[in-house]
Amino acid sequence: MIVIIDYGLGNLGSVKNTLDRLGVDSMISKSKKDIEKAEGLILPGVGSARQGMENLKNRKLDKILVNEIKKGKLFLGICLGMQLLFSESEEGNSKCLNVIEGTVKEFSSEVKVPQIGWNMVEQKTESELFKNIPKNSSFYFVNSFYCLPNDKSLIFGNTEYGVNFCSILIKDNIIATQFHPEKSGQVGLQLIKNWIKLI
Amino acid sequence: MITKRIIPCLDMTEGKVVKGIQFVNFRDAGDPVTLAKKYDKQGADELVFLDITATTENRNILLDVVRRTAKNVSIPFSVGGGIRSVEDMRLVLENGADKVAVNTGAFNNPRLIADCSNYFGRQCVILSLDVRQVKKGQWNVFVNGGKTDTGVSAVEWAKKAVSLGAGEILLTSIDTDGMKKGFDVELTKTISKNVNVPIIASGGAGKIEDFYEIFKKGKADAALAASLFHFGELTINQVKNYLKNRNIPVRLI
Repeated sequence: MIVIIDYGLGNLGSVKNTLDRLGVDSMISKSKKDIEKAEGLILPGVGSARQGMENLKNRKLDKILVNEIKKGKLFLGICLGMQLLFSESEEGNSKCLNVIEGTVKEFSSEVKVPQIGWNMVEQKTESELFKNIPKNSSFYFVNSFYCLPNDKSLIFGNTEYGVNFCSILIKDNIIATQFHPEKSGQVGLQLIKNWIKLI
Repeated sequence: MITKRIIPCLDMTEGKVVKGIQFVNFRDAGDPVTLAKKYDKQGADELVFLDITATTENRNILLDVVRRTAKNVSIPFSVGGGIRSVEDMRLVLENGADKVAVNTGAFNNPRLIADCSNYFGRQCVILSLDVRQVKKGQWNVFVNGGKTDTGVSAVEWAKKAVSLGAGEILLTSIDTDGMKKGFDVELTKTISKNVNVPIIASGGAGKIEDFYEIFKKGKADAALAASLFHFGELTINQVKNYLKNRNIPVRLI
């Protein structure tokens, strides 16, 4: 069972629809019991970092998530769900979950903000996660902010948008994408399928 | 590098896709969910659904289409038509849309943009802007399905809407809509220069060269077309291959 974390933000339904299409058993939940029992967790997200953290705290999900991640549970953070893993975000000067050391910065005004559309992910290393996905595939992005991990070795893929930023990272049991695999057509479906196989 | 988006637009009334010329004379183009699935397969980057009559009765049919589309396609889609409140927007998003386009409702009540943007994030608020040229180099905003000239400059309203929190602009030229003589390049370039959010150009695509023109000269971030795709005159892949050969970045599948 995969649990999609319900923190009152984001496109939970889209992620659920995608898992349904792949025939994966999943539920949307905010219950501690469900989250602890899950084989894998997905933290989706559209919205602001400040609101995201506030909602996680109000539901007492922040500590539960950090615990589950520390225990080694497979975790997928999508878009805001990636940014919330970091130490802090420039967006509303928010302290985040601090599971990954680093900051979240805003794109410069030299590019159109938000970034909306399909952009190429340049894969740095090989992984089962990208099995059957053509090299340099494009994925769907919607973001005004991007992540800067202190430890560059965590960066699994980069994307160019005014700056070259980390669009996917892998740290042990954590996988986090700035793009939306659930909205990225066939390659996105394949990526989620590959992620499920890691369980 | 970010790619230029090709977006089929599905104008809907009573659960059917229709296509008109300059916002009148509509003809039937088929079932929305069937078309949506077809375009997803063909490599469309996004889809836009516009409820062009937006009555209460149509609203429920629209939400049903949104739900079924969300279950069947794996690319983003936007929904517009008759959005007057945060609640309207919430319903559309909860049923599976990724973005919502506001038009007349936002013009009459600009706070709607700020409220929706604060609540759901600016990335899901599209300002849908229908304009006509009133004199050379000047365009006015038209509302109520293009029927009413507001007398307000399109550039000024675009800037205001972005400052209120619109994250993207769907820019339709009523002059070129359905005429198939090309997008309004001057208009698109002018709006694109004046705001720092992505612009979806709409109205007038008639041949493959028009897409090149609107990206190269019009500085659009995305191009929207309806009848060309609905009636099978061009496929999305044909358009994208043509653009790729001319060094416009596109996503090919």
